[in-house]
Amino acid sequence: MRVESNISRNAPADGQQEHWDGEASTGHVLKPGELDLSHNVILYLDDITVSFDGFRALNKLSLQIDAGELRCFIGPNGAGKTTMMDVITGKTRPDSGKAFFGQTIDLTRMTEPQIAHAGIGRKFQKPTIFENHSVFENLELALKTDKRVKKSLFARLFGDDLDKIADTLRQIRLTDQADRPAGLLSHGQKQWLEIGMLLVQDPKLLLLDEPVAGMTDDETERTAELFVSLKGKHSLMVVEHDMAFVEALGGKVTVLHEGSVLAEGDLATVQADQRVIEVYLGR
Amino acid sequence: MRTPVTVKLFAGLGPKGWLAVALAALVGWVLVPMAHLLLPEGHPLHVSTYAITLIGKILCYAVVAVAMDLIWGFGGILSLGHGVFFALGGYSFGMYLMRQIGREGSYQSDLPDFMVFLDWKELPWYWTGSDHFLWALFLAVAVPGLIAWIFGYFAFRSRIKGVYFSIITQALTYAAMLFFFRNETGFGGNNGFTDFKRILGYSVTAPETRLALFGLSVALLLGALILGRVLIASKFGKVLTAIRDSESRVMFIGYNPLHYKLFIWTLSAMLCGLAGALYVPQVGIINPSEMSVANSIEIAIWVAVGGRGTLIGPVLGAGIVNLSKSWFTTSFPEYWLFFLGLLFILVTLYLPQGVVGAWAKLRSRKAAKPAAPAPAPSVKAAATPEPEMPAGSAAKGASA
Repeated sequence: MRVESNISRNAPADGQQEHWDGEASTGHVLKPGELDLSHNVILYLDDITVSFDGFRALNKLSLQIDAGELRCFIGPNGAGKTTMMDVITGKTRPDSGKAFFGQTIDLTRMTEPQIAHAGIGRKFQKPTIFENHSVFENLELALKTDKRVKKSLFARLFGDDLDKIADTLRQIRLTDQADRPAGLLSHGQKQWLEIGMLLVQDPKLLLLDEPVAGMTDDETERTAELFVSLKGKHSLMVVEHDMAFVEALGGKVTVLHEGSVLAEGDLATVQADQRVIEVYLGR
Repeated sequence: MRTPVTVKLFAGLGPKGWLAVALAALVGWVLVPMAHLLLPEGHPLHVSTYAITLIGKILCYAVVAVAMDLIWGFGGILSLGHGVFFALGGYSFGMYLMRQIGREGSYQSDLPDFMVFLDWKELPWYWTGSDHFLWALFLAVAVPGLIAWIFGYFAFRSRIKGVYFSIITQALTYAAMLFFFRNETGFGGNNGFTDFKRILGYSVTAPETRLALFGLSVALLLGALILGRVLIASKFGKVLTAIRDSESRVMFIGYNPLHYKLFIWTLSAMLCGLAGALYVPQVGIINPSEMSVANSIEIAIWVAVGGRGTLIGPVLGAGIVNLSKSWFTTSFPEYWLFFLGLLFILVTLYLPQGVVGAWAKLRSRKAAKPAAPAPAPSVKAAATPEPEMPAGSAAKGASA
């Protein structure tokens, strides 16, 4: 536990920026447990295989996500998108293969809270927020702070925290709802609140599973704007079926099929790919 | 926008809350003692010694109910063995009262009567120092706290939840009861500790002593309520209610529920211990029946009747149930348990949020009525508490 909390605290944002520029890192000292972005890659998956009762949910899946990248994942049902996220967040252990966060953090050896502390945040399909707490309190609880009992008993919100919450409220467009119980929000607003709860934790990598499911067109559009604005500061992996949304995000698209990568590239290229068309139409 | 939010966060008790505390203190420390001491016995407003003792006893029960509500109403952990912590506090302090009897017992020995009866020659090691008031008081808090901590650590670490946890707490109190029933364990067997004569040198039965104990009970209850209020308003309280609503989500944002549950569980047990220590001199006896499973279930009923997830609810519940109990057990003793069962069923069916919840609902319904025909319901009407949101809505109505 000690180790991961160091990462988040000791890695200053500008320090990372140096690495992200792709600067040659001669004489670079590897610190175990600390997020190392010296090759400008935040996530490596190499030859990951996961099988459930003989069914291969992931089949030698290999991919990498660059620091600051916004990547969309599409693919038919059962292609392994959710399983991939389970592996990254430690919910599922792969049968074989490697998963690294940065150059040095081996995700296959860590528990879920450890991975969360290391800087990977995940939003599930179904929004899970604290319905009895106000919107403000939801963000306050998620805020990146010392989360031990002793600190919580005497916790006060200081200027920095309030600014952070206020900024996040603005980002997720819930400033005027701050005092309302979260349970009274619309479905789309709940999704935003959960995204906000991820953001106040300041994750390096965000995993978003169908973030616009159940949103109105207007809300979907605003969500796309939000994600595009996050690009660069955070790395994002978005699983989505809504092609208009994927198009609006504009990043690179990876098509998964039967547990491995079928095609990769911008949306137009991928959509023109004959194999992708077959997978989607031949189903 | 931001200022009101922070003000609300730090308010804690609030001016209304402090006013309520001051009023309760005035009634408990000034008006009731005056009505007891100054008014003649025939006067309609005279408070008898019997009433003082009865209310003092119920106040101790109310402290237990508040302690129970902290873990059940706010933490979502239903204990059906909380009587054990109450009784442990009572026994710890009861031994001090036994030692205060001195040589005035039936056998005129330095040892408590039951030990002489068992032909014991000296005090068992664990009762060393029990003749000191402060040590006994310390034991009354520390023993329940320690046992709760050990039990809670293993139960919560193994992620035992819900009905399984409740059943294990029942087993705990039942096992403790059997242990205390035995003569050779040094707790007075099925008679327990009784025949107390003095406390700190003052006669236990003297009206002044009774009044002092009553005043202390008022103080303990107010202290418990203030402590509960501050805890619930703190970030700790928000994490606690978040654990109640969705424990896995809380883990996901980096909190360890084990430590939070353990803290509130241990604190709750210590409060019960203190209540037990104050209860014993007022009632004059402590025996293993306090640890019976039925007693512990009754504690849960007080909280359910009053309204869990609110702080004033359990106090009301403890009052309502125990006052009706003392009336029933004198008028129709054989029907009391039937009535208790009926009460529990009725409350579960018709008042899921207890008396306080029903009151809050009634008030919000009244407030919503005039707004209903308007085309756009006001924000207040939209925020009307829904039945599945217990704490948030009810706590606001009853934060005093």
